[in-house]
Amino acid sequence: MAKGSVNGAQPAPPRRLSWNDPDVRSIVYQAVALILVVAIGWFLVSNTLHNLSIRNISTGFDFLSRESGFAIGESPIAFGPENTYARAILVGLLNTIRVAVVGIVLATILGTIVGIARLSKNWLIAKLSMIYVEVIRNIPLLLQLFFWYAIITESMPGPRQALNLLPGVFVSNRGVKVPAPTDHFAYDLAAFGFLLAIVLIIFVVRFARKRQDATGQAFPVYRTGIALLLGMPVLGWLIGGAPLELDVPKLQGFNFVGGATLTPEFAALLFGLVLYTAGFIAEVVRSGIQAVSYGQWEAASALGLTRSQTLRLIVLPQSLRVIIPPMTSQYLNLTKNSSLAVAIGYPDIVSVANTTLNQTGQAIEGIMIIMAVYLSISLSISLFMNWYNKHIALVER
Amino acid sequence: MTTASESLPPPSISTGPIAWVRERLFSSPLNTVLTVLSVWLILMALPPFIEWALIKSSFTAATSQECRAGGGACWAFIGQKYRLILFGLYPYEEQWRPLIAAILLVAMIVASCMPRFWNVSLPIIWVGGLIVVAILMWGGVFGLRYVENTLWGGLPLTLILATFGIAIAFPFGIVLALGRRSRMPAIKTLCIMYIELIRGVPLISMLFMSSVMLPLFLPEGFSIDKLLRAQIAIILFAAAYIAEVVRGGLQAIPKGQYEGADSLGLSYGQKMRLVILPQALKIVIPPLVNLFIAAFKDTSLVVIIGIYDLMQSAKVSLTDPAWRGFSIEVYIFISIIYFLFCYSMSKYSQNLEKRLATGHKR
Amino acid sequence: MAVPIIELQKVNKWYGEFHVLRNINLNVARGERIVVCGPSGSGKSTMIRCINRLEEHQQGHIIVDGTELTNDIKNIDAIRREVGMVFQHFNLFPHLTVLENLTLGPIWVLKKPKAEAEATAMKYLERVRIPEQAKKYPGQLSGGQQQRVAIARSLCMNPKIMLFDEPTSALDPEMVKEVLDVMVGLAEEGGMTMICVTHEMGFARKVANRVIFMDRGEIIEQNTPEEFFSNPQNERTQLFLSQILH
Ligand SMILES: Nc1ncnc2c1ncn2[C@@H]1O[C@H](COP(=O)(O)OP(=O)(O)O)[C@@H](O)[C@H]1O
Ligand SMILES: [Mg+2]
Repeated sequence: MAKGSVNGAQPAPPRRLSWNDPDVRSIVYQAVALILVVAIGWFLVSNTLHNLSIRNISTGFDFLSRESGFAIGESPIAFGPENTYARAILVGLLNTIRVAVVGIVLATILGTIVGIARLSKNWLIAKLSMIYVEVIRNIPLLLQLFFWYAIITESMPGPRQALNLLPGVFVSNRGVKVPAPTDHFAYDLAAFGFLLAIVLIIFVVRFARKRQDATGQAFPVYRTGIALLLGMPVLGWLIGGAPLELDVPKLQGFNFVGGATLTPEFAALLFGLVLYTAGFIAEVVRSGIQAVSYGQWEAASALGLTRSQTLRLIVLPQSLRVIIPPMTSQYLNLTKNSSLAVAIGYPDIVSVANTTLNQTGQAIEGIMIIMAVYLSISLSISLFMNWYNKHIALVER
Repeated sequence: MTTASESLPPPSISTGPIAWVRERLFSSPLNTVLTVLSVWLILMALPPFIEWALIKSSFTAATSQECRAGGGACWAFIGQKYRLILFGLYPYEEQWRPLIAAILLVAMIVASCMPRFWNVSLPIIWVGGLIVVAILMWGGVFGLRYVENTLWGGLPLTLILATFGIAIAFPFGIVLALGRRSRMPAIKTLCIMYIELIRGVPLISMLFMSSVMLPLFLPEGFSIDKLLRAQIAIILFAAAYIAEVVRGGLQAIPKGQYEGADSLGLSYGQKMRLVILPQALKIVIPPLVNLFIAAFKDTSLVVIIGIYDLMQSAKVSLTDPAWRGFSIEVYIFISIIYFLFCYSMSKYSQNLEKRLATGHKR
Repeated sequence: MAVPIIELQKVNKWYGEFHVLRNINLNVARGERIVVCGPSGSGKSTMIRCINRLEEHQQGHIIVDGTELTNDIKNIDAIRREVGMVFQHFNLFPHLTVLENLTLGPIWVLKKPKAEAEATAMKYLERVRIPEQAKKYPGQLSGGQQQRVAIARSLCMNPKIMLFDEPTSALDPEMVKEVLDVMVGLAEEGGMTMICVTHEMGFARKVANRVIFMDRGEIIEQNTPEEFFSNPQNERTQLFLSQILH
């Protein structure tokens, strides 16, 4: 047999189980790691179950359907003590999403402005934005939240002496009161006009590109777009009869009635999150712009492109690629940081879940809910951003 | 024609302060508008602030009423309370101990920032330093009075939570990073799950978890105190972030280095210990400093589970009924403390980054 | 002599306190081909970059095709449309394909229809002998190919003047020739005014009408290539030539 193999193909050396075989080692290592993790998990779970049974705490999510018995300071949907814990948690979730979405939009705008300002040729602007970024980034967010909250609740006058910044806008230690549109058909029309404008802009962009491809003539897309965005809602409002009445907040007794309210908690949280995150976004934007070499500007100028064309056609597409991954993590950070709401009493998901777990003793379930919420938010933002990243990478590469 | 002409000075309109002002402040209509706007903003904000903080303020008042009389800031309040804010409830006459501990911790951080300590002496400095800090804080030996850790507080506690957090999380982070880059699917998956799970949730949920769930995790009869629970949460949290930073460093090492080590016949452990990690860790020092800054700021969240760090002691100082309503002053005071620490560290890490970057090119 | 297409009169420029261009006088005739050489840091790049106002001069006059360069944006745009520039490091736009790099200027600056711009682009890509690379991205090309794309990109704007700033000095030796061949072809076609900063003396001999030597911000010597190389007048020129030719 052994002789037969001499002129045939060499048979694979016989495999023996040996510690020197990398595959064997790898399997052993992995098995050990898995066993360790399972063992630790089992140890923790069994301890927990034992401890819970001693304390007479039942596990499970049954408590969610029980009556909550507490009130929530602000809520986008109707909520009262007679509603269930499940609904309370939904309110918390909606509050988290509300502050995160508004925060992300505002922080992006402010951060982009500051980031560009840091690169300004104007010495004063560049220095001011540098100071802003350095100060904001080097002080804990929680401290900033306490600070803004203290300024609103302690340093602002009471409702009777409220600062009347603009007609109808009152700032007091009860928050910010602004006029709200009344329930009128014209306002619905205006909102409809806004949506219509967005649809029209999509068509205008398409048309402009086609026309430019065919005739070379560029179409003033930006001016048309802005005109549509402003004009259509006004048109809707006019068609609806141009009502002038607004629900203006009025002082009645010790507080305001009417209008829309920004509570001190929401205002402080939003303000703090936006200012803080904008400091980080500014750095992201700055490094994104700086990642595009000066040679690109020069080559574009040498071709005769204007500054704004260069920015739009050459610089932005390149820096967006650098900017988007760190920008994503800033958005995630803002969302996670909104959990500091609990410290100033804004009823976000953490704060509501915390109240729930204190009332029911369902600690594990409460924390699981918090973590599940944040994990799914984080996951969906990063999935979306990955998709977007691939999308622009494909279009351009 | 070929006689070399002298180097002439530039025309005066293109240099000098006037040219500078024109170039850097008024070079275009937009720039002029921006300059005017910012000057206006500064004029609106700065004088009232200076008036409040320095002119109408009181530095020496003995009582709250006296302090408020001027209508400005009440810095006398800080004078009254700074020991409480800085050291929390630590026994008054023993407060030199946390002071020395804090200085020691700062010195250790500074030493880790200096390239000439980047060798075996660094772990020795850390282990030794942390032991001395523990002895100083707890006492009970060498004639020092025993102080239980429920009495610790203020700045030293903030420093301890951040430093111990990062120092202990560091080896965990390296293991996680190596695991995430490993070719063994089970280990890789476990590491990825841990890292992404932790990075997906806010620190506060980890703090809640450790404060309400850790006691349930332990066998009956065992208990761990609140401070340790918070410290564990910070360590678990920091490890995931350190892992990602270290992974970045590992990825930056060119493939040739791995191949070179393999071709010398080094084992996996030798390859990592002798070739890859020394290079990777050097690259990641600046981002690690940034992580430390983040940890330093993030420890302020422990107030939410009632631990007596700098932030909490500041809040407690505000509850004195004799001195009510000076929160802005206190917040500014501790903001300055946090800022000084974080800013100097971030400047340092930027310098380091520049130095390391040029070092790599050569 | 007819009216020169480029006139530099007593041009001076400073970077802060540093006097980079000293009293530069230069007339370039229509269709003339000039090679500029000189030691590194002598101000060659600065001088040709002043011609399409990538740099601003502080004293003197620069007149290109009858238009003086001032702070007037209209004039600057008009001049940049007439003047093409090729950079040492190519400066192609990495996020656009080769074809898109070539059509960008014609579409957005010259307002040409896309189809026409693409046809022109393909014509020039054939001239620089890489039509098959049209759909690729710059990062996928070799240095020599990238520089040829950059030349084609400038030509697509149909310029009257071409400026080259050391177009071959960032290239590996084996790629220098393919770029020089394209430039020689362009020169031999005639009609194009060219100013080329280069140390390729073979190229200078072959196509230049005039060679200019700069040192420390000044034009030290200028002459026909034959005279310049065989009989340099200034000792700094002699020193430079001895260093470059050996
Ligand atoms: N933006 C700038 N700021 C300050 N000095 C510069 C700048 N650009 C170039 N210089 C200096 O001007 C001199 C001439 O530069 P350059 O025209 O690029 O020289 P060359 O192209 O002949 O090598 C060099 O000494 C260079 O250091
Ligand atoms: Mg040069």
